[in-house]
Amino acid sequence: MSKLRIEGVTRTFPPSRKGGEPTLALQPTSFDVADNDFITILGPSGCGKSTLLRIIAGLDRATEGRVLLDGKAVTGPGSDRGMVFQSYTLFPWLTVIDNIAFGLHERGMPAARRTALSHDWCARVGLAGFERHYPKQLSGGMQQRTAIARVLANDPKIMLLDEPFGALDNQTRSLMQETLLDIWQRETKTVLFVTHDIEESIFLASRVLVMSARPGRIKADVRVELPYPRHYTLKTSPEFSELKALLTEEIRAEAMLAAKVQTE
Amino acid sequence: MPRPLEPVSSTTRVLLGVLFFVLFVLAWAWATLGGYVTRTFLADPLTMVREGYDLLVRHGFLFDIGITIWRVVGGFVLAALVAVPLGIMMGTYKSVEAFFEPFVSFARYLPASAFIPLLILWAGIGEKQKLLVIFIGSVFQIILMVAITVGSTRRDLVEAAYTLGAGDAGIIRRVLIPSAAPDIAEILRLVLGWAWTYVIVAELIGSSAGIGHMIVDSQALLNTGQIIFGIIVIGVIGLVSDFLFKAANRWLFPWRLA
Repeated sequence: MSKLRIEGVTRTFPPSRKGGEPTLALQPTSFDVADNDFITILGPSGCGKSTLLRIIAGLDRATEGRVLLDGKAVTGPGSDRGMVFQSYTLFPWLTVIDNIAFGLHERGMPAARRTALSHDWCARVGLAGFERHYPKQLSGGMQQRTAIARVLANDPKIMLLDEPFGALDNQTRSLMQETLLDIWQRETKTVLFVTHDIEESIFLASRVLVMSARPGRIKADVRVELPYPRHYTLKTSPEFSELKALLTEEIRAEAMLAAKVQTE
Repeated sequence: MPRPLEPVSSTTRVLLGVLFFVLFVLAWAWATLGGYVTRTFLADPLTMVREGYDLLVRHGFLFDIGITIWRVVGGFVLAALVAVPLGIMMGTYKSVEAFFEPFVSFARYLPASAFIPLLILWAGIGEKQKLLVIFIGSVFQIILMVAITVGSTRRDLVEAAYTLGAGDAGIIRRVLIPSAAPDIAEILRLVLGWAWTYVIVAELIGSSAGIGHMIVDSQALLNTGQIIFGIIVIGVIGLVSDFLFKAANRWLFPWRLA
């Protein structure tokens, strides 16, 4: 059975001023996500991929259609769909440990257990020794590691990531991709990962969904048959390049469309 | 030559700050002791110090200082107890904000000192009236500023908390309040400064004790030395309370500086 089912989801934003045209951000979109799948959603900026993810998270409402998680309709945000954002969203007043424990605390877990659990998660994302640091004292990569640990500590059914490495430099991003894959294989989680980076989308995913320019729709559904565990050297392999060429072609047409719409 | 926005060392900063006080007193001494200003209008620094000593030792001025501090702190704490929770509710719930905001914005512009005659009528000239002046002067300011601060909490933090399983109560208690807390402390520090203005005005009218009362008494005796001493005492207390507030904020909110 599929873990997550998206059924004819659309999103229309109301006009920004009276008498204006409503904006269609997302055309009817349907797909299924299998258990323990790692899916990347690839699309040019402004194509509605973040909107789709926010609808799944329950932070935004679908105009039509519905989202089913384990057969139950999503009506609002919840800890079963943990989300990592592109902007750094650690709570600046909490230390790394307390950030990771936020969801556990909210669930009413006793202090001793949640401290033990969050120390454990801190170590698992490679942040041992930084437990008592405040977010401001961490680099961007370390903040996103904490954000990932904070979501995983909650043991969500599915993990949603909205361009989480978009603000990181290239080297850090590359390292973070490997870390994320490591964690995914160890914890066997279902992951939905939004990105506009073609290499990133292939390197991480078992399946890439390519979205069209706004109004967004799923334009291609590409299986990535490269074996896990994946090493960064994979990015220079012929199979990888072949996929990259294919996706580049798909995305390029959309990016050109998007650019044209903007200049009109 | 200093360049724009170039930082200065902490020693230089302190020295420059002290230098201004020194120059200020020197200019004052030059104007008064040099005979450029009549003593009736402005006492010289030495007379001021002598009068101040007199006030403290012989006229029980410490008691007046104590009374004034008690009034400011009392009225201010009462205002904060009402205003901070209300401000938080207004910042959190837009309907609560829509209900209170127009009135509070209106009331904010009513000068507290204009209420004094009315308050004397209602509450007499006792402590209750003094506290009410401070209360009216502070409460609306705090409400409005707290509401704005809470309302402008980063949306992405709120969303992150929701996806971590927080409910509405959790959002208020564990995101909106801690996120706004340092700014609320800063607002309280600012408004406490204004409360000092109101207390002196309240004490100038119908009062039998306090720094403001002493200043009115000294005016009747044309004792400008005492008046200036009173004003300086207010300034020093303000400086000390400001320092304490800042130190408390640093201690309470280390994550801001981290």
